Amino acid sequence: MKPFTEHRGLVAPLERVNVDTDQIIPKQFLKRIERTGFGQFLFYDWRFGADGKKNPDFVLHNPRYEGASILVAGKNFGCGSSREHAVWALADFGFRAVISSSFADIFANNSTKNGFLAVRLTEDEVSEIMRRASEVEGYQITVDLQQSEVRDDQGFRAKFHLDEFVRHCLLNGLDDIGLTLQHEAEIAAYEARHAQPEMQH
Amino acid sequence: MPEKKTLFEKIWDAHLVAEPAGRSPILYIDLHLVHEVTSPQAFDGLRAAGRKVRQTARTVATVDHNIPTEPRGTPITDAIAAKQIEALQKNCKEFGVRLFDMDSPDQGIVHVIGPELGLTQPGMTIVCGDSHTSTHGAFGSLAFGIGTSEVEHVLATQCLAQQKPKTMKIDVRGRLAQGVGAKDLALGMIGQIGTDGATGHVIEYAGEAVRGLSMEARMTLCNMSIEAGARAGMIAPDETTFAYVKEKRFAPQGREWESAVESWGKLPTDDGAQFDKTVEIDAAQLSPFVTWGTNPGMVAPVTGRVPETGNLNGSDRSATELALQYMGLEPGKRIDEIDIDRVFIGSCTNSRIEDLRAAAQVARGHRVSPKVRAMVVPGSQAIKRAAEQEGLDRIFLDAGFEWRESGCSMCLGMNPDILQPGERCASTSNRNFEGRQGRGGRTHLVSPMMAAAAAIAGHFTDVREWKFQ
Repeated sequence: MKPFTEHRGLVAPLERVNVDTDQIIPKQFLKRIERTGFGQFLFYDWRFGADGKKNPDFVLHNPRYEGASILVAGKNFGCGSSREHAVWALADFGFRAVISSSFADIFANNSTKNGFLAVRLTEDEVSEIMRRASEVEGYQITVDLQQSEVRDDQGFRAKFHLDEFVRHCLLNGLDDIGLTLQHEAEIAAYEARHAQPEMQH
Repeated sequence: MPEKKTLFEKIWDAHLVAEPAGRSPILYIDLHLVHEVTSPQAFDGLRAAGRKVRQTARTVATVDHNIPTEPRGTPITDAIAAKQIEALQKNCKEFGVRLFDMDSPDQGIVHVIGPELGLTQPGMTIVCGDSHTSTHGAFGSLAFGIGTSEVEHVLATQCLAQQKPKTMKIDVRGRLAQGVGAKDLALGMIGQIGTDGATGHVIEYAGEAVRGLSMEARMTLCNMSIEAGARAGMIAPDETTFAYVKEKRFAPQGREWESAVESWGKLPTDDGAQFDKTVEIDAAQLSPFVTWGTNPGMVAPVTGRVPETGNLNGSDRSATELALQYMGLEPGKRIDEIDIDRVFIGSCTNSRIEDLRAAAQVARGHRVSPKVRAMVVPGSQAIKRAAEQEGLDRIFLDAGFEWRESGCSMCLGMNPDILQPGERCASTSNRNFEGRQGRGGRTHLVSPMMAAAAAIAGHFTDVREWKFQ
């Protein structure tokens, strides 16, 4: 996994609550068997009309947000389906982090496996970043995982919390399958204590 | 005195493999269900790292999301879907995983076949790369959805590193009225606590109304837990649970059955055990519900109206306005005056035999409105056979419903069963998100009885006043 230590980038404001994973990556694009190439389909139905033409009103098609790498959105981001494709699509599109006041559990979990940060701030802090991103052209912030804080050049500063172990894995880009396998002896002992099912039916 | 524990805590503690200092606890997974959409990249990961599937006896696969519901044997015209199904076939063969394939008499929606084969049992930890894995919690198991990276993790290690969720008790007092079912309870609950009301929590449903539910109804309720943001939903196992599991194909048999029931009997939450949060619902106050918006929390009784937006503020107002705009609905419109074009009876929420019986009871002797196209998609091949044995297929066909092969179908429209732009659908599925059933499609979530009644009336109608034939 790609480590995440600190990232500074342009902020795009997505002023919607309950952005579900069906919007982030619609189901017709889940049939690929690779982990790559999902960025082109990110927010597809919002970015493109039924005729396949770009929707110029969608925030990511506004030229001032071109190249944005940090998304800020309303509460309950990533709700719905467990599809990790949602994180793959955001990352492949060029985002490194999403900021919201709350995230759906599975989305937040999936993020941590892909060196992608789901940053949880208070509603007021999210609103403030949203406001600055809308009002200040070229608005950039720094997401600093080492300090567990988000800051801009105009004096905004907010702390965020991430589980200490998850943070450690992200900072160091650790493969958590490898970490679990360090406990091979305990897994084997657990299996020895519990009967394994018969599947010969 | 021993520590008082909840059902969740008993299962969690019994599955702890290790609690390394400064790390997430490592939890053993008893059953891993696999399907074609969220697994190919996980198997690729195993291959790339030279790893095997650790416990093939605890891993079961089926195809459900992508497959057409046309008669089996019809070629799959979607080349990318066909490739994904082939990938699962190839991966299962290579890694020695049991697959209930397209042509299997046991094929079905993964959350339908787990219970009906007896793979799902009380006290288990169950995962699947699908958010509706919460369904299996109906049996008093801890069951939750995971992403593809975690699918790979479980395939490789039979474990997951997990942070311990919080607990929430939903106490459903009183009894459900006639015509009000588990789907209405689920929709009412989500309407009450919101689509993020249970985020970070495992719900345990309790109370008189829950104890009175059949296993099918409990599965419907637990299925929808994720729509309230919950990590999982659970119901303590009881005689209803044991009677359902008994003699299922993979359930314990003979002496093993006796000892299993004895240990399952110890699972229910101890009196006095603490939950992080408690919510009360009065079952008697619930009516048949219909969603009007673009998430399952946007819901109203069938006797109610689409909300007015004038008295809402801030993000609530903009979310409601956006939803009504997408849904093509005027604020204040009566729910029972909303006309529909399509009906979908199916999905891991409502495609079981009891759901089909309830819908057939409504449909019997009636005709689907000439302006409505209605389809019934049984959850599994076994349910399809059982329904045909009871003659439910005849009732549906005579009434003008389509009777199709099993799969996820129009719940998420990954197969050819989709809505056209602007089409309005009464659906027994679980998500009314924008475009979920097809781009521009408008989904209203309802119970199987309400869906069947809407098919016939051509608009939503209160099933409590239905003229049964």
